[in-house]
Amino acid sequence: MKVLRMGALFVLLLMAEVMFISAGALPQLYDPQSAAATHVADRYIEDAVEETGSPNFVTAVLADYRGYDTLGETTVIFTAGLATVLLLRVSKGSASKREGDSAAEEEQV
Amino acid sequence: MNERFGTVVLDTAFRFVIPFVMLYGVYVLINGESSPGGGFQAGALLAIAVVLSRLVQGEKAVFNISGNTALILAGIGTFLYGFVGVLTLCWGGNFLEYGISPWAMLAAEKHALGILGIEIGVTLCVMATIIAIFDALTRKEEV
Repeated sequence: MKVLRMGALFVLLLMAEVMFISAGALPQLYDPQSAAATHVADRYIEDAVEETGSPNFVTAVLADYRGYDTLGETTVIFTAGLATVLLLRVSKGSASKREGDSAAEEEQV
Repeated sequence: MNERFGTVVLDTAFRFVIPFVMLYGVYVLINGESSPGGGFQAGALLAIAVVLSRLVQGEKAVFNISGNTALILAGIGTFLYGFVGVLTLCWGGNFLEYGISPWAMLAAEKHALGILGIEIGVTLCVMATIIAIFDALTRKEEV
């Protein structure tokens, strides 16, 4: 037990060390030269109005540049809702069966 | 329409809150292209109006959408989104490339129309999904 606990402490310290090292390598906050701010963000900010005609570039990114992504989100919501309804609904058949012999139904469940 | 539904709180909630929530939902949908907002938020607002109406008036609510209709509407909404994409494919563009439509309009108008189309699809899907889940939760056992 004690060995396990020492092992857990060792892993924890190792993970903390990895986190400190990688945190030191992160770009400075609000740094305009960081990788996240130089790749496509500039294009979105500068050309969104001409390319998409939308005055709001959140909408331009969401519905135009990344329209495929939003299609996936909508499908996920639809599928999740469908699955929830299928799970929550009591169908006609099982309800009448439960009235008939509840013991057998209990066994099945 | 002058009959009371219940207590003062229910009456006020129904007569004053629901119309404005619905109006705000439509506003967020239509204005989502140029201001914060969009399909997901508009769908949640419209769904809340229907859910509140169901909570106040029960099964015989004025703004009622039954669970089966809601599921069909959710499917239609998702289909509408995909249909806009396939339509742009048929016109010879890329998937969801709104600028390709053959109508004589400015490019910005074409994009706005395409974005409005998919936002309506998203709104329908989110609204109907929330209503369907609410309906399934409050459904009475069928005999």
